[in-house]
Amino acid sequence: MRDVAIIGTGVTKFGELWDKSFRQLITEAGSKAILEAGVSGTEIDALYVGSMGSGRFIGQEHIGALVADCSGFSHLHIPSTRIESACASGGLAVRQGYLSVASGINDIVVVGGIEKMTDVVGSEATNTLATVADQEWEAFFGATFPGLYAMIATKHMNDYGTTREQLAQVAVKNHANGALNPNAQFKREISIDAVINAPPVAYPLGMLDCSPVSDGAATVVLCAAEKAKKYIDNPVKIIASGQASDTLALHGRREICTFDSTVHAARMAYKQANLKPKDIDVAELHDSFTIAEILAIEDLGFVKKGDGGKAIDNKITTLDGELPVNTSGGLKAKGHPIGATGVAQIAEIVAQLQGTADQRQIKDAKIGLTHNIGGTGASCVVHILEAM
Amino acid sequence: MKRVGIVSYGAHIPRFRIKSADIAVAWGKDPQTIANGLGIIEKSVPSLDQDVATISVEAARAALARCNINPQDIGAVYVGSESHPYAVKPTGTIVGEAIGATPSLMVADYEFACKAGTAAIQSCMSMVIAEMINYGLAIGADTSQASPGDALEYAASAGGAAFIIGKDKIIATINDTYSFTTDTPDFWRREGRKYPAHGGRFTGAPAYFRHITSSAKQLMERVETKPDDYTYAVFHQPNGKFPLKVAKMLGFSKEQVQQGLLCPMIGNTYSGASMVGLASVLDVAKPGDRVFLTSYGSGAGSDSFDITVTDQISEFSRKKAPLVSQFVEDKEYIDYSTYAKYRDLLYWE
Repeated sequence: MRDVAIIGTGVTKFGELWDKSFRQLITEAGSKAILEAGVSGTEIDALYVGSMGSGRFIGQEHIGALVADCSGFSHLHIPSTRIESACASGGLAVRQGYLSVASGINDIVVVGGIEKMTDVVGSEATNTLATVADQEWEAFFGATFPGLYAMIATKHMNDYGTTREQLAQVAVKNHANGALNPNAQFKREISIDAVINAPPVAYPLGMLDCSPVSDGAATVVLCAAEKAKKYIDNPVKIIASGQASDTLALHGRREICTFDSTVHAARMAYKQANLKPKDIDVAELHDSFTIAEILAIEDLGFVKKGDGGKAIDNKITTLDGELPVNTSGGLKAKGHPIGATGVAQIAEIVAQLQGTADQRQIKDAKIGLTHNIGGTGASCVVHILEAM
Repeated sequence: MKRVGIVSYGAHIPRFRIKSADIAVAWGKDPQTIANGLGIIEKSVPSLDQDVATISVEAARAALARCNINPQDIGAVYVGSESHPYAVKPTGTIVGEAIGATPSLMVADYEFACKAGTAAIQSCMSMVIAEMINYGLAIGADTSQASPGDALEYAASAGGAAFIIGKDKIIATINDTYSFTTDTPDFWRREGRKYPAHGGRFTGAPAYFRHITSSAKQLMERVETKPDDYTYAVFHQPNGKFPLKVAKMLGFSKEQVQQGLLCPMIGNTYSGASMVGLASVLDVAKPGDRVFLTSYGSGAGSDSFDITVTDQISEFSRKKAPLVSQFVEDKEYIDYSTYAKYRDLLYWE
């Protein structure tokens, strides 16, 4: 296996982008990344695109070919592949691109992630998101993702004494970070009281504990590391890529307050990078719900199981903490266009490691981690990146 | 533009009310959250024998009662609504016949979601200016539909207003009008469907707010006014929150909007909404008051009007018909089951 580097990133604004279509979004993110990398179409060996539900959100499948086409590459006949792994579609697309370059088959690969979610009404978006739960054993009985994560939160509160306020702190922190991110859907701070008093969704989760429905796209350009500096001066190396799966339904797990897929994907990544959790300087984690970030910092080994709720009080995950988490605003404030999320996480860590994250820049960040979850942890992708 | 304006006006609002809290309880929602979220306390409900034809006739008769116009001098009747009782067969002919304006009469029913009534005013204005007619009767009225359980159910209500447009003895001059129109499908009802559908949050920023602010700004630019120049401002009111928000966006104060804001007490009367608001303003307006009106119709468009109240209003017989405030106060509450019966929500064979 050879080393793989990132030589370009592009992220659109996330949000309710009524006037931008699926095609416009992926083309906008793609052109930004390709222009930054300075690669020409003829140099691109393959395209990968992560998208969870384009068939139901916009009635369009076959988006591998579509993305190559609307990007203006149809005449080059570039191999183009769509990747789907629920909310981890973007992270998995990056991993597939990474594997294809690492294997030596491809030199330059462009990986996109996208979701255009606001063309359907809210209830249809909820139904579409529920398609990645277990249809026979969860969705059929009326379980939705907020409901499932609410069960996890309730158990976490019961088992470890995690409080409602601690859950709310995650949203407050991520909104504060989002306020510093020009591409974020919510560029405003919120208070603990606002989170606790927001309309209830599924106890204990309220409206402000949940990531929003968003439109957006993100793209990264991957390159064999030995050739990366031909294109840009400050490439970022992907030093590890881990992936794991678990039972589709939450009730099939040995325990619901741990996502074993995170544990296993992280173990794979730490082993490949020969690093420990304490070596990570900055991380983008999958905070689809506030409880999910608490679970993630525990399962990734940043804090002991059960101590996740205290991470903000203990100044661990804040912007000035020892391991800043979700400097971009996370899924909560930056927005969560499903397929784009995993790719946008990579773009944020690249910005941190290149020192271009402006107001949310973490000083001397050298090693960063991304963590992208599918469903309630039935799939997970973890990447570790290092400045070159 | 040649001198044209409002000669008389009248409104009508059915007396039945249902509280938004009672609708919320029927659907297992928190009443306080709903009332706060939408800014609607209660809405008017039409009785079994009330429809857009009867509401239009009541409003038209009220307008005629306040002036000395021979109905035979009315040359056109245009009724704007999205709940015309017939899909084919005009409401306007019923109104024309009921007020004695037939048969030398031009009639058409208009539909442009919630702004068909203000579109009717514009048609009447242009025909008066062109001297095709002496007086035109423009009506906006609705018994709006809402799917049971839909967010629309808290707002969709019944009511309407009629305006006689002419050039003599006008109580309010319409100085200018401007329309901003695009194809924006935020809310619709397909042929044969009982209830409308909508695009959720899409009905906000790209629809209501974009069209009202664009239309209002364009007209103010054209007539060289600013929000401070107006005593009153009326905006389409699909709920109690949007008109206040759009007023703030444009630089109007809450005080300017208050007199024309009926939605919290009667709900959204759709084609009637901004016109009942204007009627409420004319109920209290004094000579020299300047009124700004912008309607909004989904699909989508906004009509803006720059209006100046004339000295003639001092001699105007307002009291010969009920004021809007009297309609608002004259109410009888019904519960959800009665509402379900009146609004034909029940199924039986």
